[in-house]
Amino acid sequence: MTMMDTDEGKTVMCLLTDPEGTHLGSAMYIPQKAGPLQLTQLVNRFLDNEEMLPYSFYVSDEELLVPVGTYLEKNKVSVEKVLTIVYQQQAVFRIRPVNRCSQTIAGHAEAVLCVSFSPDGKQLASGSGDTTVRLWDLYTETPLFTCKGHKNWVLTVAWSPDGKHLVSGSKSGEICCWNPKKGELEGSPLTGHKKWITGISWEPVHLSSPCRRFVTSSKDGDARIWDITLKKSIICLSGHTLAVTCVKWGGDGIIYTGSQDCTIKMWETTQGKLIRELKGHGHWINSLALSTEYVLRTGAFDHTGRQYPPNEEKQKALERYNKTKGDSPERLVSGSDDFTMFLWEPSVSKQPKKRLTGHQQLVNHVYFSPDGKWIASASFDKSVRLWNGITGQFVTVFRGHVGPVYQVSWSADSRLLLSGSKDSTLKIWEIRTKKLKQDLPGHADEVFAVDWSPDGEKVVSGGKDRVLKLWKG
Amino acid sequence: MPQGDYIDLHRKRNGYRLDHFERKRKKEAREVHKHSTMAQKSLGIKGKMIAKKNYAEKALMKKTLKMHEESSSRRKADENVQEGAVPAYLLDREDTTRAKVLSNTIKQKRKEKAGKWEVPLPKVRPVAEDEMFRVIRSGKRKTKQWKRMVTKATFVGPAFTRKPPKYERFIRPSGLRFTKAHVTHPELKCTFCLEIIGIKKNPNGPMYTSLGVMTRGTIIEVNVSELGLVTPAGKVVWGKYAQVTNNPENDGCINAVLLV
Repeated sequence: MTMMDTDEGKTVMCLLTDPEGTHLGSAMYIPQKAGPLQLTQLVNRFLDNEEMLPYSFYVSDEELLVPVGTYLEKNKVSVEKVLTIVYQQQAVFRIRPVNRCSQTIAGHAEAVLCVSFSPDGKQLASGSGDTTVRLWDLYTETPLFTCKGHKNWVLTVAWSPDGKHLVSGSKSGEICCWNPKKGELEGSPLTGHKKWITGISWEPVHLSSPCRRFVTSSKDGDARIWDITLKKSIICLSGHTLAVTCVKWGGDGIIYTGSQDCTIKMWETTQGKLIRELKGHGHWINSLALSTEYVLRTGAFDHTGRQYPPNEEKQKALERYNKTKGDSPERLVSGSDDFTMFLWEPSVSKQPKKRLTGHQQLVNHVYFSPDGKWIASASFDKSVRLWNGITGQFVTVFRGHVGPVYQVSWSADSRLLLSGSKDSTLKIWEIRTKKLKQDLPGHADEVFAVDWSPDGEKVVSGGKDRVLKLWKG
Repeated sequence: MPQGDYIDLHRKRNGYRLDHFERKRKKEAREVHKHSTMAQKSLGIKGKMIAKKNYAEKALMKKTLKMHEESSSRRKADENVQEGAVPAYLLDREDTTRAKVLSNTIKQKRKEKAGKWEVPLPKVRPVAEDEMFRVIRSGKRKTKQWKRMVTKATFVGPAFTRKPPKYERFIRPSGLRFTKAHVTHPELKCTFCLEIIGIKKNPNGPMYTSLGVMTRGTIIEVNVSELGLVTPAGKVVWGKYAQVTNNPENDGCINAVLLV
């Protein structure tokens, strides 16, 4: 009341909503000189947060960076109308952007095809065309183990979400399980697939702890569920008529497979029955991404770096999963050779939520940000596009690469995006300003695989020049 | 009824003899011995027929046993690991042409090769054959014209001995032979009179190189032990290349520049 008296005529009616559209109370008058900082305090007060959480604010899908009054004057918005402000929570931690190559690790005798950090960010595995999987020590940045056992190129590696197992798939179709602490093969290679392995995905920790099962997709048109303790294939998910290019094990216990027959199929995991088929794409599906993929990958490990005893791991992982998922169902995005992407809510509808168009060449990789609010897509048209992770709205395009972009990776706080390209460079893009933040040249040939560590400390990249490069801030 | 039926009927009514099954088993056990004796004793066509039947049975049994054995040699050959590994998302895509890279690589290699042979006189005037040689008539009636006299400066080693004149085609006059050259060091700007060790390369062709002809632009090897050069490892350098810079057949001496 007193504020209104002293600043009469300098208030504006605002309505605070969350990204799903839920109102935070009712419309209220706020001073025109209130900026993002004051709005953050306001939202924290209304939500009764125990600690101050950072928020970003959007008006008509544009981020609010200035006081409300300045925004109104700049955009000639009438103070008579109710201004809708969407608030989005940001990560409570902030990581340092990487800007230098801390180590160039040679050792592989052929191109590095895949790299993967462990869920806690303390170990690193890489697979190569020299048929070996190598484990690297991140403290001394030296080789740790060389795991031999494959017969052909190692095309994919995947850590279990609890960090105790590592599986790799090769071009001849066999799967090897490794003990990351000793660098040894656990038992014999698992055989069953007739052609090369295209993807591996583990069962989430909050569904089953310790981790036992994982699913692999293959060029022979099958996806198989394996048990790492029994060392055999439990279920064979047959149904696709062409190569399965991507597989994801969702947090609600459903397996999603994308195939070259232009369909996405959803499978149930106890008996392997087909639940639903998602159609719409006109060409090969190259990549799938889930909005909860970061928490499914890291399990119970979060940015604090705490270790939990085995019996608490499951509960902690479930907490993190529910917090990331929120009230909305899990979202799925698929990238295709038909230059488009589809955003799905598979548990709700078999129709796509939105069709994401704009790319001028095939979409090679799609990835949700760790908080699920952004989608990044890497395409062969030399650009990376950013989309709203909830509505599918186009946000911006990142141009700067001079060759096809192969892979993208997010920082753990969802503020930075990393892309690796055929032009032998890595580039870091800032989401807030929608600009190039850092250019990281150094590779001598194509960059095939990039990964940002889940704790945000390091970036690894490997490619055709047979070296592994570690980058840090 | 046939006799066997009476036997069956009696067995049905009154049972078997008490030792029937034992005798039957023993008879079956002895059957193989009986069969073997018969196979060995039979003569003529009868023996051949028995042997043929035995062989067929044996082969069939061996084949059946083999069928159920695990084959260790029939394993599928491993795919050989090819060069040029690509990730899974590029395996189904056609390889883009690398012709540009290849041509660039070839050009780079040519430049590297060319840079290796940078000499003070990169190009020289070619010498025609009638200028290099003079026809020598031989024989009693001077009708044979297959001998050639070299009209340019030449070098022959210390162990040189002429071929018999009847067989010598190329004559190198002793008056045009040289054993020393005036070699200039391009950086020290001083000249030494050094012994020639050999002819490395004549720009007009390998034939003149083997003949030891020295024209302008020829690469010669000279004895540089007087200069006191040493290698980085501390050893004495005694042979170095130099390039002839004058026309020795006109000037009467050899001037050369040391290649450093």
